[in-house]
Amino acid sequence: MAMNYNAKDEVDGGPPCPPGGTAKTRRPDNTAFKQQRLPAWQPILTAGTVLPTFFIIGLIFIPIGIGIFVTSNNIREIEGNVFMYYGLSNFYQNHRRYVKSRDDGQLNGDPSALLNPSKECEPYRRNEDKPIAPCGAIANNTLELFQVGNASDLTPIPLKKKGIAWWTDKNVKFRNPPGTDPLEERFKGTTKPVNWVKPVYMLDSDEDNNGFINEDFIVWMRTAALPTFRKLYRLIERKNDLHPTLPAGRYYLNITYNYPVHSFDGRKRMILSTISWMGGKNPFLGIAYITIGSISFLLGVVLLVINHKYRNSSNTADITI
Amino acid sequence: MEREPAAAAEEPGPPGRRRRREGRMRTVCSNLQPPPGAEEPAGKGAPRRRLRGGAQHLADNRLKTTKYTLLSFLPKNLFEQFHRLANVYFVFIALLNFVPAVNAFQPGLALAPVLFILAVTAFKDLWEDYSRHRSDHEINHLGCLVFSREEEQYVNRFWKEIRVGDFVRLRCNETIPADILLLSSSDPDGLCHIETANLDGETNLKRRQVVRGFSELVSEFNPLTFTSIIECEKPNNDLTRFRGCIIHDNGKKAGLYKENLLLRGCTLRNTEAVVGIVIYAGHETKALLNNSGPRYKRSRLERQMNCDVLWCVLLLICMSLFSAIGHGLWVQRYQEKKSLFDVPESDGTSLSPVPAAVYSFLTMIIVLQVLIPISLYVSIEIVKVCQVYFINQDIELYDEETDSQLQCRALNITEDLGQIQYIFSDKTGTLTENKMVFRRCTVSGIEYSHDANAQRLARYQEADSEEEEVVPRGGSLPLRGGTGGHPSARAAHQSQSSRAHRRTGSRSEARRVSMLTELTAFSSPMEKDVTPDPKLLEKVHECGRCLASARHQEHPLDHLSPELSDIFDFFIALTICNTVVVTSPDQPRQKVRVRFELKSPVKTIEDFLRRFTPSRLTLGGSSVGNASMAAKSAPKASLLSTLANDGTLLRLEERLGPGAPRLASNGYSSAADNWAAEQSAMGPEPGPELRYEAESPDEAALVHAARAYSCALVGRLHDQVSVELPHLGRLTFELLHTLGFDSIRKRMSVVIRHPLTDEINVYTKGADSVVMDLLLPCSTDDARGRHQMKIRSKTQNYLNLYAVEGLRTLCIAKRVLSKEEYACWLQSHLEAESAVDNREELLFQSAIRLETNLHLLGATGIEDRLQDGVPETIAKLRQAGLQIWVLTGDKQETAINIAHACKLLDHDEEVITLNAESQEACEALLDQCLRYVQSRSPQRTAGSLSVGFAPLCPPSEATASGPSLVIDGRSLAYALQKNLEDKFLFLAKQCRSVLCCRSTPLQKSMVVKLVRSKLKAMTLAIGDGANDVSMIQVADVGVGISGQEGMQAVMASDFAVPKFRYLERLLIVHGHWCYSRLANMVLYFFYKNTMFVGLLFWFQFYCGFSASAMIDQWYLIFFNLLFSSLPQLVTGVLDKDVPADVLLAEPQLYRSGQNMEEYRPRTFWLNMADAAFQSLVCFFIPYLAYYDSDTDIFTWGTPITAVALFTFLLHLGIETKTWTWLNWTACGFSVVLFFTVALIYNASCATCYPPSNPYWTMQTLMGDPVFYSICLLAPVAALLPRLFFKALQGTLFPTPLQLGRQLAKRSPGKFRAPRETSAQGHIPEEARTKLPGQRSVSVARSVSRDCSSQVSQGTWQPACSPEAGGEPSAVDMGMPWREGTLPDRLDSQPSRSSSPGPVAVEGCPGGSRMKPMSASRPAPLPSVFSVPGLSSLNWMSSLSLVSGLGSVLQFSRSGLPMDKHDSDFLPGSAPPDQDLCDLSGQTTDCF
Repeated sequence: MAMNYNAKDEVDGGPPCPPGGTAKTRRPDNTAFKQQRLPAWQPILTAGTVLPTFFIIGLIFIPIGIGIFVTSNNIREIEGNVFMYYGLSNFYQNHRRYVKSRDDGQLNGDPSALLNPSKECEPYRRNEDKPIAPCGAIANNTLELFQVGNASDLTPIPLKKKGIAWWTDKNVKFRNPPGTDPLEERFKGTTKPVNWVKPVYMLDSDEDNNGFINEDFIVWMRTAALPTFRKLYRLIERKNDLHPTLPAGRYYLNITYNYPVHSFDGRKRMILSTISWMGGKNPFLGIAYITIGSISFLLGVVLLVINHKYRNSSNTADITI
Repeated sequence: MEREPAAAAEEPGPPGRRRRREGRMRTVCSNLQPPPGAEEPAGKGAPRRRLRGGAQHLADNRLKTTKYTLLSFLPKNLFEQFHRLANVYFVFIALLNFVPAVNAFQPGLALAPVLFILAVTAFKDLWEDYSRHRSDHEINHLGCLVFSREEEQYVNRFWKEIRVGDFVRLRCNETIPADILLLSSSDPDGLCHIETANLDGETNLKRRQVVRGFSELVSEFNPLTFTSIIECEKPNNDLTRFRGCIIHDNGKKAGLYKENLLLRGCTLRNTEAVVGIVIYAGHETKALLNNSGPRYKRSRLERQMNCDVLWCVLLLICMSLFSAIGHGLWVQRYQEKKSLFDVPESDGTSLSPVPAAVYSFLTMIIVLQVLIPISLYVSIEIVKVCQVYFINQDIELYDEETDSQLQCRALNITEDLGQIQYIFSDKTGTLTENKMVFRRCTVSGIEYSHDANAQRLARYQEADSEEEEVVPRGGSLPLRGGTGGHPSARAAHQSQSSRAHRRTGSRSEARRVSMLTELTAFSSPMEKDVTPDPKLLEKVHECGRCLASARHQEHPLDHLSPELSDIFDFFIALTICNTVVVTSPDQPRQKVRVRFELKSPVKTIEDFLRRFTPSRLTLGGSSVGNASMAAKSAPKASLLSTLANDGTLLRLEERLGPGAPRLASNGYSSAADNWAAEQSAMGPEPGPELRYEAESPDEAALVHAARAYSCALVGRLHDQVSVELPHLGRLTFELLHTLGFDSIRKRMSVVIRHPLTDEINVYTKGADSVVMDLLLPCSTDDARGRHQMKIRSKTQNYLNLYAVEGLRTLCIAKRVLSKEEYACWLQSHLEAESAVDNREELLFQSAIRLETNLHLLGATGIEDRLQDGVPETIAKLRQAGLQIWVLTGDKQETAINIAHACKLLDHDEEVITLNAESQEACEALLDQCLRYVQSRSPQRTAGSLSVGFAPLCPPSEATASGPSLVIDGRSLAYALQKNLEDKFLFLAKQCRSVLCCRSTPLQKSMVVKLVRSKLKAMTLAIGDGANDVSMIQVADVGVGISGQEGMQAVMASDFAVPKFRYLERLLIVHGHWCYSRLANMVLYFFYKNTMFVGLLFWFQFYCGFSASAMIDQWYLIFFNLLFSSLPQLVTGVLDKDVPADVLLAEPQLYRSGQNMEEYRPRTFWLNMADAAFQSLVCFFIPYLAYYDSDTDIFTWGTPITAVALFTFLLHLGIETKTWTWLNWTACGFSVVLFFTVALIYNASCATCYPPSNPYWTMQTLMGDPVFYSICLLAPVAALLPRLFFKALQGTLFPTPLQLGRQLAKRSPGKFRAPRETSAQGHIPEEARTKLPGQRSVSVARSVSRDCSSQVSQGTWQPACSPEAGGEPSAVDMGMPWREGTLPDRLDSQPSRSSSPGPVAVEGCPGGSRMKPMSASRPAPLPSVFSVPGLSSLNWMSSLSLVSGLGSVLQFSRSGLPMDKHDSDFLPGSAPPDQDLCDLSGQTTDCF
């Protein structure tokens, strides 16, 4: 683009203010700002001025795209921590009423909200005159998902339950009701969500992963953006640097089917994946960068041709009406 | 101050009690009388009781133009704001949020932006109303003298306290506070003068008369004794009419006329004091009734925008509907399956699809409300305020002389300035300075070019334009009145009177002086100091010397050569043939008069006899005196009896001759005494400073000119005029009659008795077109006649020369009446004067009878000086595609002259003059003109007339080349009738420029309204006087010229400029910028909101159309208001698509605004399509990037928001043409603000803001590389196509604006210089030659130029000249055309059609015109044309098209220069009196 600072001197634009300044006049100040003479860069969009932009975009985007693409494709090699996800499709967690149906105050351990959940939780607010903890539709249809077991007589792979939720969620947003009593006492006066088998304070034996701060629960409560989503379930930590986390071999995944998805034509999946610096495996970004970069480059070439062809005419262009 | 409990004046009682017509009458009587009913004399009981009856409600004099009071402000303002549909919409949406089932946001949050916007607007309205209130208050608290019954004297009161029925005493130079009936004047003749400039823009002094019956009062008028009752019309807005009668105690009635009424807003001049009774007050005064109320103005762009807002609403509804249906289907699909994510209602039942769809619909409307940009209105207001600020601050619009800059008074129509298509301009004071300056003259066929005078004028021009220092315009400022009301004026006068002082006056002084000049009429030094031509001055002195030596001889004038005699008479005529009133600065009008025995003008035959009888000792004296008494009571009878006695009359006259010298000494004996004294005082500026107050500025100019030749008018009374002459001293002429100017005769005459010769002379001064026809036919036989003829043709040539120079021309002629002739004429004249019925008509005929057989003395050229830069400005504006109409109250000749001077009419273009006397004639004329115009431009189909007008036909086509139209007020009135307005408009549209003369304020506004409504064109009205107020208010944009004639026009205007020339920069630069900026901003707004809403809409496909939003509600609501608003505001305020220099140098760039190139439906929809595309990209790139990932909804929505922000900024970057540091800062600020707010917001509260609860979202995202890669990828991908197409378009099909930009870029310095040259009205040569579009035009121009040059070489002779007889076409054309022949003729000469019919319209010069022709034909219609006065122009070519109708269509080519052949000028036989009588008889019907 044409870089041409149109720097007009502030002083030369008009006659200087009358000397002396005897009487106050209504004469406007002769400043660059008030006279709209601020120095300005005035790009003009023509083929000639714009084509470098296209080439630059192309030159930047294609390498980035290639980099991302390669990174994304390398995820296949299961090295480092392996993440175990469960995936659902056609599950509309982002439905407006569904998204709203929760009480963050209650989840944060607010005692008053615990016993008197927000109206947003209706109709999963109270059950048999007792407040539901955790209330709301999101919480209501969670837990059965977590009944994934890996009961096998083979060597069980150690699955880490903790560390799958956002740190801030686990430590700031979600809190159990205050107190030093056992959780059961602290949740006294509440009832479990209708669909749940166990009350909230019996989700895990680990005190640090029980109640509202159960990480499976927290992950579920972070409503997915799109109807097809995955949620982190377990971590398979790498033991040492020498061996892959999951060496090649046969693995068995024992799944108990107690969360019917056929009612909404959904599918359930279990995904094992590592992540790169770019996150999970998704070739899209790389391809997109390469594509956009190439298109940009092509357009740049087109502009170059046009510029070459029409340069003369545009140079002599004049105002025609 | 105590008031009368009830004004005794009131509306008549309930209808039916009195005659019907009472409903239209108002009765007024004195407030000073005791309250009615107290002690009523029996005789007066009846009327008084009637007065008491009705509910009385008369407006007081308080002015109130404010809209609100303190109490009513809030409800009323809200009510008005809700007239703006968008506000209703926003409130509706906000309230919808309170419904739980559909709410999308927190209710309070949703209400916030709406309240903010309402508050901002309310504050603005409050401020505007307050400034109105302040100006009202100022006017209401002006003081004036009102008679108080308690104190029995005049006491000071505020204007607002004046009631109907009060007695008001006004002193000289005071502004009249209400409509007042004049009851007493300090003037001995019961006269007073008012200046109506504030009302009709005419700066001349108008005479008002004390009500008949009161003028005869000898003692001072005592309001306490006023017991009469006044009946008059109800308040109405007709300035030219006032009817009523005054009923005295004794039951006698006297009529009241317009001459008795002093109108509010006028200024009392030249009269020490007057007393009157208030008839109408306050809002019932004619001045205020003429102000049609202010109109809420909405700019065209805003109207268009509102239309597009409606489109957006439609789009919104469609999207919501789509979504609702989708949701219904979705619910239906999943409902029976009891899917887990389907949240049931609170009562546990799940919604059935239909209500779910309905709820979804409403929620969608809330969620997508961003589509209707709530911040749009606020942003536009802000941008406009800033634009106004910058316009105000423009130093190039600052006027040094008056120390005033441009004021924008309307805040919301700045962008209309960039779209103006029609300019309606007032003339006097707007285009011209309203300063008439004597420029040159020709006497007896010899031209005196007054070169020194021209140089002097040029010096003034330079001093005006280039010098920094202030030249006080009222250099020798005259003082008015002796009341001493303005001591500062006196001081200013003294300090300014010397020339040395004039240059050093401080600015404040200058301001004071310029303020004071508003109080005075027209006597700037420029007008007064005429530099005499040395040759002529020498001749005048020679003349004086001759006469001085011969004065006591029998026939002094015979000793002069004919030329000197003409010169002498010429100056005498200049001096006395006018109505100029002489005053000296230090005292009011002199009251001491050397009276002749009887008042003049000669009122009866008896007067005549008496005056012309050598001695009053004759027997007839007393008897005649008795007879005259009798004549007064029974005029007719006595007149008849006197006339019957013809013998005596003649006998008396026979004796006149020998007695003459003695009689002459009557007038001039006193002068002889102080002759010596006068000798010493001779020179251009004789002794005491005299001031001339004239009815029209050119009269003053002539008197000043004569004075420069030591021929000074020193005194004027009703019956005598005193003149100081070189070597002769003071001569006193007995003024027998003054036949005033009227627009039909176009001349005025005085009848005087010459003190030297004792002859009765008629001096006539008038438009050359008429005077040249009235000259004494001279025979070609004798040498003297031939000489005369030669003189005339020479004079005519000079007249043409003057006209070409744009001077106002006047011919001066003289006629010597023999006693018999005079007696004969006097007889009929007196008859006419005493006539009861059609007195005016008879007087008109009488005047015509007198003004024949004139002897041409000479002609003058007066310059009505244009304001600086007017022709250049007009040229520029025209180049910019603006059509300029001049609507003036002035007479036609003046208007045309000015139009020529300011290049509104070109000399090589034709002029269609439309003067019709009746509706039918007008229609026929219009048809003729239309046919003619259409035949000129065959490409335009005739059918288009019936179809109507293409509403947005760009005026550029019409202006390319076309005739000009001149129409007078009366014809305009006909043309504005419903059935003719279409034709008129169509005709006017084809014309290059239109001049409406003699138009009333209301007509002006009607014309503007017509153009506005019918042509759907943007109109701008510019004017300076109160007569322009209604026009200014009606137009889309009203511009007032400040500081010339009061502030009324300014108060009504949207913009006030100090001078006309600032209009150029205001429109071409600021108008263009404002339009371009706002148009782009509005488009950007629509783009932005559509794009943003698009993101939400696409998401609906992935959330079951549940109206869910992935963007946090805070972002949704404040995105427009906070994050993305500043950059576009900066761009909207500061962006300059083309630099000012280029805009000024290439005015045609303005057309982009007129044609709405930047913002038209196509652009809008393209813009919307681009927005849709961009939102797709910005939605799906994050979608695909996060597909099947574990991201949550708001963590996914935040990058989308960020992407949207970056896309907006980049988009704006593509649209921004100038990047100043402010733009960079604003963009940076936007980004920083977004991230800062997001970070703070996301860290502020762990559990707040349900449902999104975005705790730590942004922080997490900031650590995610995908976030950054999306932010880089999506905006670039979204904007690639736009950038590409912009570049393509910029290279392949650049718009004029882009070319202008490139032009500026290639040669940045080039346009600095042209600014100076452009001020002189020529475009840079390079630019001109490269304008292909205009090439054809210039070719056409050059053709016509060729033609005219040919003509000037004498190749094409006018048809009547013998040389031209050989040219058949010319001869053909010389004949009158019947209907229908015109097009054929023109078609047969296609080659010439480009030059505006130069040959075709050649008529006969001189007198053998249509007059005799039409007179000889029986006129089928009762109406009669008035010969269109083109002053000097119509001699060249005039042609009767519809001679049968007696109407004349006149095509004139003013470019025709004078011919060198003397024989060209062949005056036709002067039309016989008979014809003229016929003519005038029919003409006056239409009065």
